[in-house]
Amino acid sequence: MIGQAMHIGAMHTGSLTVWQLTVLVWIGSAIAGLLGSLTGLGGGVVLVPLLTLFFKVDIRYAIGASLVSVIATSSGAAAAYVKEGISNIRIGMFLEIATTLGALLGAFLAAKVSTSAIAITFGTVLLYSAYLSARVRVRLKSDEVPDPLATRLRLNGSFPTPEGIRHYFVHHVPAGFGLMFGAGALSGLLGIGSGAVKVLAMDQAMRIPFKVSTTTSNFMIGVTAAASAGVYLSRGYIDPGLSMPVMLGVLAGSLVGTRILVQAETKWLRLVFSIVILLLGAQMIYNGAAGKI
Amino acid sequence: MKMIGLPVWTDRKVEDLVGNLLRAGVLVSALVVLVGAVVYLARHGGDPADYRVFHGEPNQLRTIPGVLREAFSFQGRGIIQLGLLLLIATPVARVALSIVGFAAERDRMYVSFALIVLAVLFYSLFGSS
Repeated sequence: MIGQAMHIGAMHTGSLTVWQLTVLVWIGSAIAGLLGSLTGLGGGVVLVPLLTLFFKVDIRYAIGASLVSVIATSSGAAAAYVKEGISNIRIGMFLEIATTLGALLGAFLAAKVSTSAIAITFGTVLLYSAYLSARVRVRLKSDEVPDPLATRLRLNGSFPTPEGIRHYFVHHVPAGFGLMFGAGALSGLLGIGSGAVKVLAMDQAMRIPFKVSTTTSNFMIGVTAAASAGVYLSRGYIDPGLSMPVMLGVLAGSLVGTRILVQAETKWLRLVFSIVILLLGAQMIYNGAAGKI
Repeated sequence: MKMIGLPVWTDRKVEDLVGNLLRAGVLVSALVVLVGAVVYLARHGGDPADYRVFHGEPNQLRTIPGVLREAFSFQGRGIIQLGLLLLIATPVARVALSIVGFAAERDRMYVSFALIVLAVLFYSLFGSS
């Protein structure tokens, strides 16, 4: 069996002590956090596959731990970006209505849907993220006619660049709002930040400048995750013994990542990480379809 | 509109406060989790770890009052869970702070947007169980 062969070397949590599991999960999470912050893809997407495929953790515990770590990294990063004045607080707050409602729906769905279906959905999102990060980004021309709805909602903004203040207009507000609801639902269902969908909504649909959309999306991830975290907590998905090394590891990894981000050549790293995500996605779909998760 | 608001509550000022709040929230929660980790590992480090089968957390680790009780009776897992609760509370506090900022700017539309978001968060934390 291919699946069987792929699992050789996988660590079954049952044969580990609490100490061993804590150290190993901490190391794995730190690497995920480091790669996630260096490539800008976020560590959350590889955490759940890491925990379920290699540590054989039940996917519900894995999602709970991942969700908590997502809040930690996004809040940490958002703190820096907000101070630089790049993220747009109004866009963030307006779209958070969509993402938090979506997150609630996703968290409720997580209890209704089978773990196999969650694994397959997760794998699909991984494949899509790998595709997004590997492809060359096409810059959409933002026309200078403001969307009347965006103007009414005061979403248009400006941000500092080395060449001075740059002003921008926001477009296709209803489409962006709808996509953000979907991003929130995925986040609540899978315990990830779902940055890929958020960037799709803000970059492609709303035509927000890349720098503003990535930092604002980061800003929103914490609130989105908090909206499903309450539901997860009350359902008993958040285990302190497992979430502890995951949260501390991801946080340490991403802090180191942001420190060395300036010097690092991230192009090949992005490629390698995309391939890892691709393989993990395929494995998640395989295991989900085979009923192993 | 902004001119009517108090001069201290400029967008910049709110952004600075929000940044500090997020940083402090993450730092404090990580420290609490770390303290809980020390207690938990010292007492249960040698126990077998098994997460293959989902049992769900015991009731006292599922609710806010339960977590507080466990943490104050110095249970390692309870202290960790308290740290995680503080982490979850950080973005909630950020939204609450934004309401104050928008209100000071007399921005009624965004005060109501922030109130909607806060209501969803409160429902998730207190109403969903």
